[in-house]
Amino acid sequence: MTAPLIELRGITRTYGEGEAMVRALDGVDLIIREGEFVAIMGPSGSGKSTAMNIIGCLDRPSGGHYLFNGVEVATLDQDQRALLRRNYLGFVFQGFNLLARTTALENVELPLIYKGQPRAEREVRAREALNRVGLEGREHHHPSQLSGGQQQRVAIARALAGEPMVMLADEPTGNLDTTRSREIMELLRRLNREEGLTIVMVTHEEDMAAFASRLVVFTDGRVVRDEPVTEGAA
Amino acid sequence: MLWETVRLAFTAIIRNALRSFLTVLGVVIGVAAVIAMVTVGQGSSEQVSSNVESLGTNVLVLRSGARMMGPGTRDTAPAFKLADVEALRELTVLSAVAPVVSASETAVYGNTNRSTSITGTTSDYLEIGGWEIARGRGFTTLEDKSGANVCIIGETVRTSLFGATDSTGETIRVKAISCEVIGLLTAKGAGSFGQDQDDIIIMPVRTVQRRLIGDQDVASVSMQLASGVSTDRGISEIETLMRERRRIEIGEEDDFSVTDMKEIASMLNSVNSVLTGLLSSVAAVSLLVGGIGIMNIMLVSVTERTREIGIRLAVGAQAGQVLMQFLVEAVVLSVIGGVIGILTGLGLAYVAARIMVIPFAPNASVVLLAFVFSAVVGVIFGYFPARAAARLDPIEALRHQ
Repeated sequence: MTAPLIELRGITRTYGEGEAMVRALDGVDLIIREGEFVAIMGPSGSGKSTAMNIIGCLDRPSGGHYLFNGVEVATLDQDQRALLRRNYLGFVFQGFNLLARTTALENVELPLIYKGQPRAEREVRAREALNRVGLEGREHHHPSQLSGGQQQRVAIARALAGEPMVMLADEPTGNLDTTRSREIMELLRRLNREEGLTIVMVTHEEDMAAFASRLVVFTDGRVVRDEPVTEGAA
Repeated sequence: MLWETVRLAFTAIIRNALRSFLTVLGVVIGVAAVIAMVTVGQGSSEQVSSNVESLGTNVLVLRSGARMMGPGTRDTAPAFKLADVEALRELTVLSAVAPVVSASETAVYGNTNRSTSITGTTSDYLEIGGWEIARGRGFTTLEDKSGANVCIIGETVRTSLFGATDSTGETIRVKAISCEVIGLLTAKGAGSFGQDQDDIIIMPVRTVQRRLIGDQDVASVSMQLASGVSTDRGISEIETLMRERRRIEIGEEDDFSVTDMKEIASMLNSVNSVLTGLLSSVAAVSLLVGGIGIMNIMLVSVTERTREIGIRLAVGAQAGQVLMQFLVEAVVLSVIGGVIGILTGLGLAYVAARIMVIPFAPNASVVLLAFVFSAVVGVIFGYFPARAAARLDPIEALRHQ
């Protein structure tokens, strides 16, 4: 059997020192394989977002091992982690994190610029990605001219454009109403089922977690539950 | 990739038009102010030096009254007469002596007129003052002695009375005198105090005394030292002669003064250097204000930029690429601001030089200094916050409030 896509072994993450030290992650073991759609849940402060940021190489663990596709990430330097994000990871954030005063198309092109793709190719790919999330015709809108749901779709398109091995979504529906949220979730499920995209999503809503294929629950910096999602809940 | 980075920087500049504009404005203000002020200062300094040369460094002026004129001193001191001028002419230390009598009158030609200053003197005056005749001729000895109704006019007077037509041989009227214009002076431009030196009519001294003023007094005497004679010796001989002629007892104060033009020159120079210093300090303050403006804009936008950097890092940019973009952005803005500032500053200085009638004297090292200062401020405050942000873990940059 090939190495799992993501393997966390005894990952810890602490903030502060001495008396004031906070253990956000307290020995997390987690294996995620290609093609999975994993929902990570847990109460506030349970460490679910911290785990997500570590998986996404946006943050560094204080201890333990993180293997991405069999490669130890902890020993990579800043630039190597950037390359890993560039080539294998796509992010979707709760707050969208689009560049202001920048069109949807240019936002989606951003990761492709750093991939060194020529301009013409970038534009084709970015348009393609926008089509995949159902935003054809909005290429030249600025984030401020788009609804929350549309902005999140642009963010998803940006994550897709780089052809990542895994998409990391941190509360992607946190700022959206129920209808928009379900639309986004259906989009993610479709990408997972039809295109085989591996997705790791943090959420605090049961309804959204129901779209995933596997549920991981965090409490106090540890994984306390890890089970498949029963079919048909959504 | 470098080209791509440059493109990213330009895109960011255009996208954040207001921020870019304000940054550029800061640089422009700093650079333009310094260049304009220092250039004007230099121009006026050059003007003073050239005036000092035109005054003639070996020119002495004799005036009635004590040097330090307290109240009333002038009243009691008798004026000079033409006889005094003749006596001075005998001194071998002097190569030229000219009496000076001044009046302010209106000159009329046809139906045009001009208020101007009338100087009554002799042809020696032209030599002492470094005047040259552009057209026509100077006074003959006979005209000097007799007080003929002839005059030599300055360029300003000619332009205002005659316009384009030739003035030589025409007759103008000054009060009761109808005098023939026999010569035109070569234009000299503005004097040490900004006055128009060409706004002048020169007539024989006797003409002015008799027909305009109505007495025999000579207000002052301009003299030129013979070559090889020291100023001190010249002054001392003049003083000895005048004390004798004015019957001043030993121990009594002089009731006249001899001024060396060199003194006036050095006084003008020191006034000028004070002015230049003043302008330079104002310019330095402007540079500082411009720098603080740049600083403010850059610091205020740090939050937005830090988040932007977080986003770029998250999608796979390396810290170096982000930094290069911000560095290019800062350099481009500083250079644009610097170039506009240099052009604006030189433009302002040029206009000011034209208005003040002083030479336009741009100084390359000042231009360079102002430019480098503003550019450095722009780059430091554009680059270093970006560097701090790019060194963060992406999640820290994204969370920046």
